[in-house]
Amino acid sequence: MPNISKIIADLYRTEFSKITSVLGKLFGFEFIEIAEDIASDTFLQATENWAAKGLPDNPTAWLYTVAKNKAKDYLKHDAVFRNKVIVQYPEQAQSTIEVDLSSKNIKDSMLRMMFAICNPNISTEAQIGLSLRILCGFSIDEIAAAFLSNKETINKRLFRAKEKLREEKVTLEFPETRQLDDKLNTVLTTLYLLFNEGYYSVSKNKTLRKDLCLEAMRLCYLLIENENTNKPVVNALIALMCFHASRFDARIATNGELILYSDQDTSLWNKELIMQGKYFLNKAASGKSLSKFHLEAAIAYWHTEAQDTIEKWDHILQLYNKLLIVEYSPIAALNRTYALAKVSGKPVAITEALKLNLHQNHLYHSLLGYLYTDVDNTLAYASYQQAHNLSKTANDKKVILKHLENLASPKTN
Amino acid sequence: MKEFLMVFRSEGMGDYRPTPEEMEAVDKEWNNWFGSIAAQGKLGGGHRPGFEGKTIHPGNVITDGPYAEVKEILMGTTVLKVDTMEEALEIAKGCPILNVGGTVEVRDIIMMNA
Repeated sequence: MPNISKIIADLYRTEFSKITSVLGKLFGFEFIEIAEDIASDTFLQATENWAAKGLPDNPTAWLYTVAKNKAKDYLKHDAVFRNKVIVQYPEQAQSTIEVDLSSKNIKDSMLRMMFAICNPNISTEAQIGLSLRILCGFSIDEIAAAFLSNKETINKRLFRAKEKLREEKVTLEFPETRQLDDKLNTVLTTLYLLFNEGYYSVSKNKTLRKDLCLEAMRLCYLLIENENTNKPVVNALIALMCFHASRFDARIATNGELILYSDQDTSLWNKELIMQGKYFLNKAASGKSLSKFHLEAAIAYWHTEAQDTIEKWDHILQLYNKLLIVEYSPIAALNRTYALAKVSGKPVAITEALKLNLHQNHLYHSLLGYLYTDVDNTLAYASYQQAHNLSKTANDKKVILKHLENLASPKTN
Repeated sequence: MKEFLMVFRSEGMGDYRPTPEEMEAVDKEWNNWFGSIAAQGKLGGGHRPGFEGKTIHPGNVITDGPYAEVKEILMGTTVLKVDTMEEALEIAKGCPILNVGGTVEVRDIIMMNA
């Protein structure tokens, strides 16, 4: 006896976004909520119907048929809506407006939806939230959990974002060639942040975090599958995601605690994902452009090398130098200094670290704590204490406390 | 926050062709220096001239290359985002060009359109 509610939950994840995107493309972005409602109603009907009559032979086909019929009913019974939709298809008679749920149209609709949602006129949180809702079939509860927020806040945020996109007259057209690179960059940034939301999230829900990463990779792969968007920079981003994701199981303990890179069991690194990452990184090298995703992917590649050699860290150091020259970020500045310590020794890295103006950042003090350890343990202890004071999450505090304990009880040998 | 311009000049290398290893070592030196400045969030934009160049003299006289009459050639420029000339000079002291007899000129920048 299959567990019907589990099957429906899984189908919701994969099919809700497809139905919503196809209907959204057909109706126009103005009516995105009608598309969402029809997709939701379809699943509601499945829940009732399948519980009573059992699972149909082909559940996905069942969902598509019901969604199509609901869309047709809606067009038939709501004259205002019908007229507004039909205006967009002047060459077609009303009766020939078909809901096309072929895999080709699904992919095309989802790509268009991605370009519509990843719009710089709405905040990145709203872009990620809408992507999770419309493109990944996440429930509002799941999105709230991912953002450590509540249902009401997320509902408001998504509602306002859709309003704003309508005000901006966002369409579900594929971007014109001359705008493609710009729009693609916005999409890639959103996918990158979606991935990071899962990878660096403070949430201890390991399954949810992994899902966010996998969804970001799935959406990125949609871009790879389309010849217009299969560009080197897209390959660089998916390579980066593959390399990071390869350590997913090694870096989070079963209790949700983070395991630092140097303490990870390298046998848990996913070799298949590393291979895929290398494949995409090669593809990424085909163009002339060297984006920040290329540099980050190359850094992530070197981290998949388990051996702790100076050569490895020198490659990483040079890549962080280039990354910082392209775009400054505090985390890149800290990581560069860590790599420098591995290449040139802790004293050199301490001199460089002291030049960084990041005194409010607990990671800065953790880095100093690491650098001073075995060089000046009093300063190391003070640095970790400062890091502990500034850190905000229980997980961070726990990691720092471990360092403080180690320093307080030095090894006797 | 003010901006300062660093201008790098050095004597040309004449006919000497560095080996790939030497080139890589020089690249790395510059990369580390720029990386250090960028890590402090003090790196502005910069330019590195290519190998093509012409100079216009009064009377529309055009000569080939920037090399003909000057002893030191322009190797590049970089903007620093720091508060004082002293800070800019402190950073400029680490420039790899100083190890090969070149110079770094540091100038404050006056915005033309301000």
